[in-house]
Amino acid sequence: MPFGVSAREEKGAGLSPAPFCLIMLTLSRRRALWAYVFICLPLLLFLFFRVYPLFQAFYLAFIRWHADPGQQTFVGLDNFRRLFGDLRFLQALRNMGLYMLLAVPGQVILGLALALLLNSLPKGRGFFRAVYFLPYITPAVAISWAWSFMLSPHLGVVNRVLRWLGLPAQPFLTSPAQALPTVALIVVWQYIGFHIVLFLTALANIPKELYEAARIDGASSWNLFRYVTLPLINPTLVLSIVMATGSPTIGILQLFTQVLNLRFYDPGGPIGSTATVVLYMYQVGFKRFELGYASAVAVLLFVTIAVITLIQYKLTARRID
Amino acid sequence: MLTKLGIRILGLCVGLTLVGLSLAAEPVTIVYWQYEYATKVKAIDELIKRFEAENPDIKVIHETFPYAAFAEKVAAAVPAGVGPHVVTLYYGWLPAWQRAGYLQPLPEEWFPTEEIESEFAPLVQAAKMDGRYWGLPTGVRTLALFYNIDLFEQYGIANPPETWDEFIDIAKKLTVWQDGMLVRAGFGMAPDGQDHHLVREVLIRQFGGTPYSEDYRQVLYNSPEGVRALKFYTDLALVHKIGEPDFPFPGVAGYYREGFNAGLIAMIVDGSFAIGTIKSGAKFRWGVAELPKLTPDGEKHNFASFWMHALTPRAQGEELEAAVKFLKFITSAEAMELWLQVVGELPARLSLLNRPDLLNDPIYGPFLRALPYSHATFFVDEARQRQIMIDAILRVIRAGESPEKSLAIAAAEEQAVLDAFWSKR
Amino acid sequence: MEGGRPRMFLLWIFLYFLVLLGAVIMVFPFVWMFLTSLKPLPEVYTLNWWPRNPTLANYRAILQMYPFGRWFFNSIVVAIITTISMVLLSSVTGYALAKLDFPGKRAVFVGILVTMFIPTELLVIPWYSMSVKWNWVDTYWGILFPGLIHAFGVFLMRQFFFSVPNELLDAGRVDGLSEFGVFWKVALPLMKPALGALAILNFVGNWNAFLWPLIVTSRRDLFTLPVGLAMFSGEAGVQWNLITAGATLTVLPTIIVFLVFQRAILESVATSGLKG
Repeated sequence: MPFGVSAREEKGAGLSPAPFCLIMLTLSRRRALWAYVFICLPLLLFLFFRVYPLFQAFYLAFIRWHADPGQQTFVGLDNFRRLFGDLRFLQALRNMGLYMLLAVPGQVILGLALALLLNSLPKGRGFFRAVYFLPYITPAVAISWAWSFMLSPHLGVVNRVLRWLGLPAQPFLTSPAQALPTVALIVVWQYIGFHIVLFLTALANIPKELYEAARIDGASSWNLFRYVTLPLINPTLVLSIVMATGSPTIGILQLFTQVLNLRFYDPGGPIGSTATVVLYMYQVGFKRFELGYASAVAVLLFVTIAVITLIQYKLTARRID
Repeated sequence: MLTKLGIRILGLCVGLTLVGLSLAAEPVTIVYWQYEYATKVKAIDELIKRFEAENPDIKVIHETFPYAAFAEKVAAAVPAGVGPHVVTLYYGWLPAWQRAGYLQPLPEEWFPTEEIESEFAPLVQAAKMDGRYWGLPTGVRTLALFYNIDLFEQYGIANPPETWDEFIDIAKKLTVWQDGMLVRAGFGMAPDGQDHHLVREVLIRQFGGTPYSEDYRQVLYNSPEGVRALKFYTDLALVHKIGEPDFPFPGVAGYYREGFNAGLIAMIVDGSFAIGTIKSGAKFRWGVAELPKLTPDGEKHNFASFWMHALTPRAQGEELEAAVKFLKFITSAEAMELWLQVVGELPARLSLLNRPDLLNDPIYGPFLRALPYSHATFFVDEARQRQIMIDAILRVIRAGESPEKSLAIAAAEEQAVLDAFWSKR
Repeated sequence: MEGGRPRMFLLWIFLYFLVLLGAVIMVFPFVWMFLTSLKPLPEVYTLNWWPRNPTLANYRAILQMYPFGRWFFNSIVVAIITTISMVLLSSVTGYALAKLDFPGKRAVFVGILVTMFIPTELLVIPWYSMSVKWNWVDTYWGILFPGLIHAFGVFLMRQFFFSVPNELLDAGRVDGLSEFGVFWKVALPLMKPALGALAILNFVGNWNAFLWPLIVTSRRDLFTLPVGLAMFSGEAGVQWNLITAGATLTVLPTIIVFLVFQRAILESVATSGLKG
């Protein structure tokens, strides 16, 4: 007797309530199986190319690379203990907090605002969309140089404009006080196109009928936004916030390339005021070749991003019904 | 019968000869890694050509990578068991690379210490660790003052400065401020360029202090003399206003040099490695002078550095032999002469350093003459120690810190770095 | 409503002004970069905005000095393949995570999300060991394997799949479609804008990737564009006239890709009517 089949048939041959539940069970089990089929290849790739290296990196955090790489000494939590007394690392951590406060709201709120603005333009939408996307597609290295030049206190065009407007010239990237906000602004400028694309897509997904219905009911623009738009784009909002915070490339907590290229000979300066954790990890790992210590930095960063993302998710994600 | 035997013997001979030929023809291949630098690449390519002509059984593969990521390539390659047999590195990286296991010491049989020390300039001793030599340079560099002759003449200045006071006077004449904006700097300040060396090895000593103890285990620059030296340097921006760091802008490698080439800066302190860039970039007449002294009969000091060629653990057996031969070749006198012509770095061998034509050369002369009184700092962690001095300077110029306090902070941090290093040896 | 029209008009003028101002700020550095690419090196540091004698010499130089065309080709191959892979695999996974229930769903999502939080700069080391072990160094596969799938893609598709009404899916199931059929024929077509967005964002991200292609390739003819661009900088200075020319050339394809895909993003989804 084939295993599950005839038993099911047997039971199904009987009367209503019990078999109905069993058919439902099998249906959901079948769907679950399909789900596994869907995700098996991607999951395999993830496990192989991302999860496994992740564990390798974690493992290194508890190791000190010895003179002979064949001989790695296990040092337990020693690397982490060192980190907590490491002034430059702590400075980078402090900077990360400031960066987050400036760049995440900057990218998300401005991104959303601009998307709404672009969406409501009757003419020229395509052109402006391309323009706002341009910074995102320009290689960060070349554009960082352009910014560094334009922000030069003495020769840069930004100060020339400021003074033409009657405002005092600013030191920007050369001042320990102004450098970090300046870098944050440049990052926002570069990645806002990313968020605009996300939000435009989300806005395009909202059925027009909902707006019509709400307007007929007498809703104001603000209420339309608050009660129709916002909840419907919530998943994208969550995506945008999480990406702006912790993702590689555009996440501010993993900021590296711009900091390196805006101040090529003294990255993270002046006096470490723009240093980031990934920059520090890079310097430790690739200039000092202390890969164990660098991995410890990566682990701490990982935990930090995970915690922050979790909090963000809990605070912002809402189920749509 | 005899012919059959004959044929078999002939066959055997031919066979053996063919095998022998193929064995002999099988070249040993070694890989040499360098960072991408046009003149150095050209020089090495030429040297490889000559080397392979003299050693037909060795083939050298020359791979170069962008400077910005050169260290990463090595860091990724060596633990993976691949990468170069011979590699170029900045001498200051030696402790870090050696600790990470990326290098093997030069084999004594082929590189006896006495031979090295008798043939090479004394500053090459910075390539020595634990009594063994870990690499050798082809060229060495010192610092000098580059100045804009056209600008000097325009302002009626006949000669480059010999003392720091003259230096400040000249710089003041050449500096142009307009509405509070620096239009032209008399001196291109670059703590993150060569000026941190200037403070550490030149100014501190000239003011009567010492940066480190003889064994490089103690930080000694935190002294009244050291403070005076730092104050002198930072005063250039704060008091005399003849320039400031990050001018024209900091987002560029060698920004102070680019500023000099563009005519925005009248004088810079730079190494001989800059000659090529300045030669091709500056569209005005420029000159080179030895670094100024404190007083007309004051002490002269300079900072020397070098990139050295070293062996990685990958070079073993046949490849080790080939690598050693190659290394000897590219550090030979002949190679150094070529290097001087193509790259502009000074020869590291004593035999070449006393040539009168070089000593009196208007461009190379000041660099060469500085070698006898140069110091090559033994860095245990070049990146960090460099950063500490840069921050010491910028704390005063950008954050209003006093030179005493700033130097004290720097000394404490650097001492910790030194202690951490030496305690492990 | 009285006097509303002139006020509306003023509002539009103001809005357009804002948008224009923003656009200028967005574009300014790029325009600067482009204009610099038309200048010879000594002129780069002068303060003039327009090139005195605009020249294409820099473009000619890069195309001659380095295998720029080859780098271009490499970048295209890698970006296209990874984008296709990303779009397919992310949509399948995102759909499963958003619309199907299975034990361990939460764990899988968190597990995937979490892989984003480790910096690429550190991942390159284990990736490189892997590549050496299996001879992927200096191959196209070596450059593209880390880009085949990424948590960002899965996350994006999952979030967008939430907006597909379950009723539509059930309708498909009732119509006799298999689960895959429901995904392929019902859900996916609704996702055109999201797929477009993912394609663009991933293409660009991959196009500009620098560190990993640098590490895994030593042969100059296998470099991608960003790696090639980095060759123009060195210990003694940066050839900004060349880099800006190279950067401008690098940007052009992505602009084209964007213009092609942005229509897909803009298609507003006509709701296919909720039953009842």
